[in-house]
Amino acid sequence: MYDFAYHKPSSLADAVKLLAEDPDAKPISGGMTLLPALKHRLNMPTALIDLSGIAELRGIKREGDAIVIGAMVKHFEVATDPQIMAAIPALARMAATIGDTQVRNRGTIGGSLANNDPAADYPAAALALGATLITDRRQIPADDFFVGMFTTAMEPGELLIGVSFPIPEKAGYAKLRNPASRYSMTGVFVAKGPKGVGVGVNGAASCAFRQKEMEAALAANWSPEAVANIRQPANDLNSDIHGSAEYRANLVTVMAKRAVADAG
Amino acid sequence: MNVTTHPSEGIGASVRRREDLRFLSGRGQYTDDLNRPGQLHAWILRSPYAHARIDGIDTAAAAAMPGVQAVYTAADIEAAGLGGIPCGWQVTGKGGQVMAEPMHPVLASGKVRHVGDPVAVVVAETRNQARDAAEAIAVSYTPLPALSTMAAALAPGAPLLHDDAPGNVCFDWEIGDAAATDAAFATAHKVVRFETTNNRLVPNAMEPRAAIGDYDPHSGEHTLYTTSQNPHVIRLLMGAFVLKVPEHRLRVVAPDVGGGFGSKIYHYAEEAIVTWSAAQLKRPVKWTCERSEAFLSDAHGRDHVTTAELALDREGKFLGLRVSTLANMGAYLSTFAPAVPTYLSATLLAGVYTTPAIHGQVKAVFTSTVPVDAYRGAGRPETTYLLERLVDVAAREMGMDRIEIRRKNFIRPDQFPYQTPVALQYDSGDYEATLREALRGADYAGFEARRAEAKARGRLRGIGVSTYLEACGIAPSKLVGQLGARAGLYEVANIRVHPTGSVSVFTGTHSHGQGHETTFAQLVSEQLGVPLSQVEIVHGDTGKIPFGMGTYGSRSLAVGGSAMVKAMDKIIAKGRKIAAHLLEASVEDIEFSNGQFRVAGTDRAKAFAEISMAAYVPHNYPIEEIEPGLEETAFYDPKNFTYPGGCHICEVEIDPETGEVAVVAFTACDDVGRVINPMIVEGQIQGGLAQGIGQALIENTVYDAEGQLLSASFNDYAMPRATQIPSFGVSTSTTLCTHNPLGVKGCGEVGAIGSPPAVINAVVDALRDYGVTHVEMPATPLKIWSIIHAKDGAALPAAAE
Repeated sequence: MYDFAYHKPSSLADAVKLLAEDPDAKPISGGMTLLPALKHRLNMPTALIDLSGIAELRGIKREGDAIVIGAMVKHFEVATDPQIMAAIPALARMAATIGDTQVRNRGTIGGSLANNDPAADYPAAALALGATLITDRRQIPADDFFVGMFTTAMEPGELLIGVSFPIPEKAGYAKLRNPASRYSMTGVFVAKGPKGVGVGVNGAASCAFRQKEMEAALAANWSPEAVANIRQPANDLNSDIHGSAEYRANLVTVMAKRAVADAG
Repeated sequence: MNVTTHPSEGIGASVRRREDLRFLSGRGQYTDDLNRPGQLHAWILRSPYAHARIDGIDTAAAAAMPGVQAVYTAADIEAAGLGGIPCGWQVTGKGGQVMAEPMHPVLASGKVRHVGDPVAVVVAETRNQARDAAEAIAVSYTPLPALSTMAAALAPGAPLLHDDAPGNVCFDWEIGDAAATDAAFATAHKVVRFETTNNRLVPNAMEPRAAIGDYDPHSGEHTLYTTSQNPHVIRLLMGAFVLKVPEHRLRVVAPDVGGGFGSKIYHYAEEAIVTWSAAQLKRPVKWTCERSEAFLSDAHGRDHVTTAELALDREGKFLGLRVSTLANMGAYLSTFAPAVPTYLSATLLAGVYTTPAIHGQVKAVFTSTVPVDAYRGAGRPETTYLLERLVDVAAREMGMDRIEIRRKNFIRPDQFPYQTPVALQYDSGDYEATLREALRGADYAGFEARRAEAKARGRLRGIGVSTYLEACGIAPSKLVGQLGARAGLYEVANIRVHPTGSVSVFTGTHSHGQGHETTFAQLVSEQLGVPLSQVEIVHGDTGKIPFGMGTYGSRSLAVGGSAMVKAMDKIIAKGRKIAAHLLEASVEDIEFSNGQFRVAGTDRAKAFAEISMAAYVPHNYPIEEIEPGLEETAFYDPKNFTYPGGCHICEVEIDPETGEVAVVAFTACDDVGRVINPMIVEGQIQGGLAQGIGQALIENTVYDAEGQLLSASFNDYAMPRATQIPSFGVSTSTTLCTHNPLGVKGCGEVGAIGSPPAVINAVVDALRDYGVTHVEMPATPLKIWSIIHAKDGAALPAAAE
């Protein structure tokens, strides 16, 4: 990697200030994406702002009808937290499928959401559950947050501090892993909650998205059969050596069925 | 062999691997763990193009960067008079045409020929400085058309990769009797045709390659520490052909090595670069390969495109076999590359069958890709896959049972020694025995019930069988010399008995995960009657070990172990003379067993340690007759290849909605000859099976039309994982090798050789209702789903009727 300055602020205010002062600085949480990119010299930040010393970014709490998770909470914590396991068990199960043990003990939910890798798991859950992304300056609905491949609605220097998931009546998740990277080839998160039915899809396209035809079908009839014959158009889906767009379109239907079955 | 005094430590005991404590506790000493005083670091600038002319290289900016000690290009290498990277094998093709053998420069000269071809080297105080400076080297390229595939390279009018390889052909070779094969086909009841591509693989040893060059200006001695399976071979190739340094001035050390699978046999340019630059700069120079660099610089494996025809009579007896293969050599000839598709592959075309007439042809092709060479199995997996798929296809076309057609054509135990029509003579085997045991272990008879049960769950279950053999324990030197090898393939052992009776064994083989430090010690413990704790196995340092050929081709025990037996025979023979003197008996009356030299029929005996002490303190000693000391060296040149074989049975379940293939059961019964350590043998077989399953289901090397490697990291190159591997049922069924003293055959490669066709036969069987006759490797979810989708005309097939 190239040389960079390293800062480890102990407060959110200090972190935001460091980021404001240096437009080429980058925040780092678990580093599960950023560190390999730095090692491959694909990225040349002037400074890394290590967020691991900021207490305000930690913690999982129930606030009314929502679970609020700090940005620096690790996948392992999401997977094993009793409050999450009780309130949104599908989210805990999803977290348990991310990467491997080492990744789950380093990678964070905030890092994953802010990075918005098309094949990451969480964005589909955030969309399906109607989550709210909380930054240092505003609250952004998930529908507005995930803008495109590796792109979110956050401004330069804006920092994600947490995410609030409304507690659903039921939710489920299913995915097929890429045989090589083990990232999601296509995953579908389904939820039925106070805001209605949500179906979030990851891995299939350049950015996670909601499958609204399936949402309508499930709102009318919550069962795997309701989505079994809904075809995702292949036109805008990803195609690579592991999966054609047509294959991913098929997986949207198959994983949606399995996610509904998983939700019960 | 003698019966051991330590039954828990000798032949047949599952002794725990003595080397594992240091490996598992992080105390192994791998090349990258070594650091020499004053060490510099090398970074290699590699070609981003598959094929391009180098118009100029400007290193001035790089040379001026912080910490940089030197920047070298081909001009420096040529000015120093270094040679090219040599090839160890020369194949002579049809009509006596010797293979095209283009120059393989240490650094690309004039042209680059694959993405990853080394272009320049920066040596600096730190690795990061070297890498920074490499980015400042300005190379101007004129891109030339890539030759990403053999089809592109062979197309009429294709540009030449090497001016001295017309048509991009390395050689066009044949084996067997074409006329006899044509005659057999003329009488055939049926001819079955089959085409397949054996997918190209990246070896991916856990430890990436690394090398440190060191130079002592006072003695003039060069030392290379390197991740090698055969340090003496590297010393010979690099010293004699590249650096032109005599053996006594060049020491090659291969310390702990974390896996090789063939990819660490070869002499690589980086070894010459660090050794030479260390001498130029009078400081040690280290290079450690990045994982992504390994994808572009370690020799790849497989990549054969083959057409085969099998002629059968009315009853399903094989009458003749015609095979034509295109073998990808990559951009340059790696050390063993020409031997892989020819003498390690086509010579196995008889398989375990009595096919009387065989003709094989191999055309080797240069492409603008990473060089291709031996990878676990080396040629034998390719032929085994071809044959065992072909036999299944033939059974289907003949309307015969897959097991029955095999049994009908097996070489029977009473036919050994069996001379095949393709040069090899098999010494022993019992293919019915391993088949029977595997069928029993796999509950083959109960399969249809399991298929029905899976169908009720919406899964397509299939079973596949592979009955195979391979040729290893390489190899008789005279024979391989006639076939084009430029080296002998004997092995050496030096046994040094110390005064108190402890034993150091210096072997020319090399352990890079195989457990030699345990297995070989068991062998010595058995034969000399010495406790295991008193035996040390030394390997991997040309400064310590005599000239041996290293480890590959499952040869270490069959060839290296046989050399040890011969050396120990000499130790015992000398010990008997000493004992005869001390016991005042005639040599003929001295017996050796259980570590005791005994006067036959009496209780008068001397322990092994008493004899060794007498040899080194020769006060009461037949000094007129024999020399003091107890140390012997033996070279063993094998009389034949060894022929392990057996039966692998795979069961898969396919999820028709996603195309995912799960290996749900795998049974292997292998005949590897005498087993020294059953636990280590089982581990070797399990590891090979995992690699075979990886090749069959997920591993694939993909180049695009521009010659860029698309599967250039673990993000896109799939490796088998624990969750994809079933709990194996592994067993052995033994016939002894008849021509080596231990009766051993070799177990390192059988798993990777026998398993891929068992997996694909199972996949095809699972898809039988879809009219599928073949699925190319790897059987990825995308491929399987596409097959089902195409046959169904719908994405979601009915799981049950």
